Amino acid sequence: MSSIEFRKDLFADERDDNLKEIGKPTIRQDILGHVTGRTPYYDDHLFDGLLHMRAVRSPHHHAQIRSIDTSVAEQMPGVRRVATAKDVPHNLNTLLSLINFGRDDEPLCAHDKVRYMGETVAWVIADTERQARDACAKVRVDYNVLPHVLDVEEALTPNAPVVNEIYPNNTFDYHEKYDHQKLRFGDVNAAFARADHVIEAEYQMSPIEQAPIETCGAIAAPEINDRFVCYTNTQALFFSLGTTAKLLNVASSRLHFIGGTAGGGFGGKVDSIVEPTAVLGAMLTGRPVKFAWDRYEEMQVGAPRGGERWRLKDGVMSDGTVIAREFTGFFDSGAYMRLSPYAIIKGTGHLPGPYSIPNVASNVYCCITNRTPATAMRGFGITAVDFAIECQMDKVAEAVGMNPVELRILNAYRDGDMKAHRRKAKNTALIECCQVAAAKADWAISRQAAQQSSLTPMPERQNIPETVTDTEGLIGERRQGRVASTSPSTQSNGRVPAGTHREAIGGAPVQNPDMQIDADRIGHKMGSSPTQIPAAATKAAAPTAPPAAPSVPAAAPPVAPVAPPPAATVPTPPQPAAPYSPSAPFSRGTKRPGSSPFTSGFRRR
Amino acid sequence: MVAVDTYPTMAEAAGALAEGSRYLGGGTIVMRAVNYGDQSFDRIVRAAQVDRGVGSDAGGIRIGAATTMADILSAPDLVFLHPVARSIGGPAIRNMATVGGNLFAENPYGDMAVALLALDAQVVMTSGQSQPIESFLADRDHARGIVGAVIVPRVDQHAFRFRKVSRVKPKGVSVMSIAANLRHGDPRVAFGNMAPVPTRARGAERALAQGVNDSSITAACAACTEGLQPADDALASAWYRAEVAPVHLKRLLLNEGAV
Amino acid sequence: MTKKPISFMLNDAEIGIFVGEGAPLIDELRRNAGDLTPKQGCNQGTCGACTVLIDGVPHLSCITLAETVDGKRIDTTGGLAGGPNLHALQDAFIQGFAAQCGFCTSGMLMAAKALLDANPNPSRDQVIEAISGNLCRCTGYEPIVDAILAAAARLQGRAV
Repeated sequence: MSSIEFRKDLFADERDDNLKEIGKPTIRQDILGHVTGRTPYYDDHLFDGLLHMRAVRSPHHHAQIRSIDTSVAEQMPGVRRVATAKDVPHNLNTLLSLINFGRDDEPLCAHDKVRYMGETVAWVIADTERQARDACAKVRVDYNVLPHVLDVEEALTPNAPVVNEIYPNNTFDYHEKYDHQKLRFGDVNAAFARADHVIEAEYQMSPIEQAPIETCGAIAAPEINDRFVCYTNTQALFFSLGTTAKLLNVASSRLHFIGGTAGGGFGGKVDSIVEPTAVLGAMLTGRPVKFAWDRYEEMQVGAPRGGERWRLKDGVMSDGTVIAREFTGFFDSGAYMRLSPYAIIKGTGHLPGPYSIPNVASNVYCCITNRTPATAMRGFGITAVDFAIECQMDKVAEAVGMNPVELRILNAYRDGDMKAHRRKAKNTALIECCQVAAAKADWAISRQAAQQSSLTPMPERQNIPETVTDTEGLIGERRQGRVASTSPSTQSNGRVPAGTHREAIGGAPVQNPDMQIDADRIGHKMGSSPTQIPAAATKAAAPTAPPAAPSVPAAAPPVAPVAPPPAATVPTPPQPAAPYSPSAPFSRGTKRPGSSPFTSGFRRR
Repeated sequence: MVAVDTYPTMAEAAGALAEGSRYLGGGTIVMRAVNYGDQSFDRIVRAAQVDRGVGSDAGGIRIGAATTMADILSAPDLVFLHPVARSIGGPAIRNMATVGGNLFAENPYGDMAVALLALDAQVVMTSGQSQPIESFLADRDHARGIVGAVIVPRVDQHAFRFRKVSRVKPKGVSVMSIAANLRHGDPRVAFGNMAPVPTRARGAERALAQGVNDSSITAACAACTEGLQPADDALASAWYRAEVAPVHLKRLLLNEGAV
Repeated sequence: MTKKPISFMLNDAEIGIFVGEGAPLIDELRRNAGDLTPKQGCNQGTCGACTVLIDGVPHLSCITLAETVDGKRIDTTGGLAGGPNLHALQDAFIQGFAAQCGFCTSGMLMAAKALLDANPNPSRDQVIEAISGNLCRCTGYEPIVDAILAAAARLQGRAV
């Protein structure tokens, strides 16, 4: 086994070394099951009379569905049921709706048009898998093929076809305002003007399939008391449960989900598609139904880590100090949103990498294309941009003729540095990592670099600079041809004073009153933290005097608001006395006011 | 649904083949198609007695069509084919995959067929009909009957070279494979995965006819993609394949480095 | 649909079942003979998770026509342990952290068993070759190779 070396000499006073488990070998609790072949994966649950469900899939990237003829398939041997979109009670969802993020944009089964190759247009349920396959081949779909777009930047052009009508600009709408996620810190353009070198490069990462050895699958069966049991290899059991409840318009209390064992996942088993499909099959036939992807499906329709393209522009002084870094990033979300918009917010919080750079700007786009929808994979939202950042650091080192490890140590975050998203860096250790890695690799670094420490503060890095802002890229402008560039704007139209801690932005409006966050339920206080700002106080940026102090957004007078964010729409929680009248069709959900239809039983107090 | 009919001999099975049926050898091609619902056939034909084994023949070494890659690896007469057999699949695949089946393996598979092409093997059908492997491969989609054996002319072990280019180590499918029989005067160079079927690189063969030396190697590499039609797939683009084919051919001709 | 009767030895037990026409061995082993230890990963002979031994040599049960094993002997991970006593390979996999998600483990163990049965003292390269048809997407190959070598050493120690 490879040996692990613990560098307990580093940050010794920050850590309790009296640990019982860490640093000591331990036997995995599940490994006896693995080596005896007794670990129960979802497909190891046997059911008498199990039926097999297969999907009919689109051969086109983008096409209108004129008609679907299932009559021949229905007559095939062993076929119990052919199902289409009209059999799905609530055929529209977005994965993160369960945490109130984004708009419902994806059907479980396509009905009006297909938006990527391999999208489901119908299902066959038959006695054997082969019979289901044979019948799938007999489902006739009349398509009107439409122009498609497969490249993220092409998707942003005025002439690109609209892929998903829920997002007609082929981008996710950030904060109901911009077609991209903005980050602005300092003034990159002024810094580029005074930099000794400006270094630009483009980086790209292709989609990557998680490719677990066990493909995505689920078995659902009718259970006693009008419930359905579902054995699944999901990585997100409660997402899958909630998504199934929503798509099939059934109370989650009628769903008995059993998971916890996955033959690999790596992010590829969170999308909650096989579970609602299998449960639908069990509902339609009253029999146990297995729905599993084969290897081709896992590769073709299983959501990969999406492709990403990043352009970086650095302003660098000849001593190697990076004084400005600008990002233009494009995530290929594929035809539907799933988790990509969230990944971009996470990725933006990560910019500009583990380096202290006083001027940072980024525009990141979540682009919709006619490709397989993307989803989570290890290091979700971070991996591609980190690849870009570290390649860029090497390019910078080359440009200034500097040892690349020393360049990293020079620019690395230290404890107390102000990050571009206006939070202080804590528990930093890049300098020490670089020093240890250089020593291990016999890579010589200067005495000065070897003496640096993450714990030595650099006061000039701890302040929030005056920040130049812009309002370029409002939703819809780009597709009307009114925005020339995708890069952060060079035309500023506002300034936020130095020290302004952050600008409050209201969340997206709640789609359904049932999803309104209930303060009692989530267990922490709302409204007093800097991120949760009452609607009345969010008209503008709220500056606070010392940047180090926690921001108090309450009564500070608005100062030169660049573009007042839309008032945060925080609907008032449903009144306990009011009769419950859902607007969305979750009629069989838990019907008490304020409770989620996706959870069962009594609310915990 | 799929029906399975088993006949006593391969010849009888050949007589029973018809539209919509496939002969099952080792299973690595046909069972995969069955599992994935291939609609082009619904009947499997197999034989209880199959031609499995390696022996001498007037024309060289006779390899029964049902001989597996593992069988080849244990045949001392076929030592020159051991690197080829070893490059195919893992041990389980080698216990199943047959020489006869390899002649029908579509890209990116079929490395043994590439070697047999470079060796000028003869393909013998169960009916007794025989034809050169080159014409057999070119028309394999319309092959009638069942392959009974291949006959490999005896070869100077040192004149035969094989190389499989994979992206995954230690074992991956071919980006391309190259086999060469560098006999004097009439050399053979064959590429796999550089055309729809294993194909001879006639340009390279012409250049090497005068012998293998620095100038003929340069000429062979320059001409090696003549007549090939590489395609894009998940492993490599057509452009990449055409660009690196001369590099790998040169390494093979110089006997350089491990693949 | 016609079913065909076959009988075979499965891990020292005589088994008689009716198999479906065209059915792959893995389906019949799992759903009919009740041995769930071979795992279905790709159903196309690529991943090795379904590896079983037929008459002692490794085969991929997903691309083996079930009716062809009539009269043969099949060994799976289900028969690897001798009652409560784990096989040396199983023990070495546990001690060496040679399983993560566990889905490739059954196939790895059978590929390794075939190797050690034929070659009790393999080199590291021979071990790597022996499992070259078995994919581990958790990418835990090194501990697996180490565990197989450790098991070989232990078995050798016992035999000597």
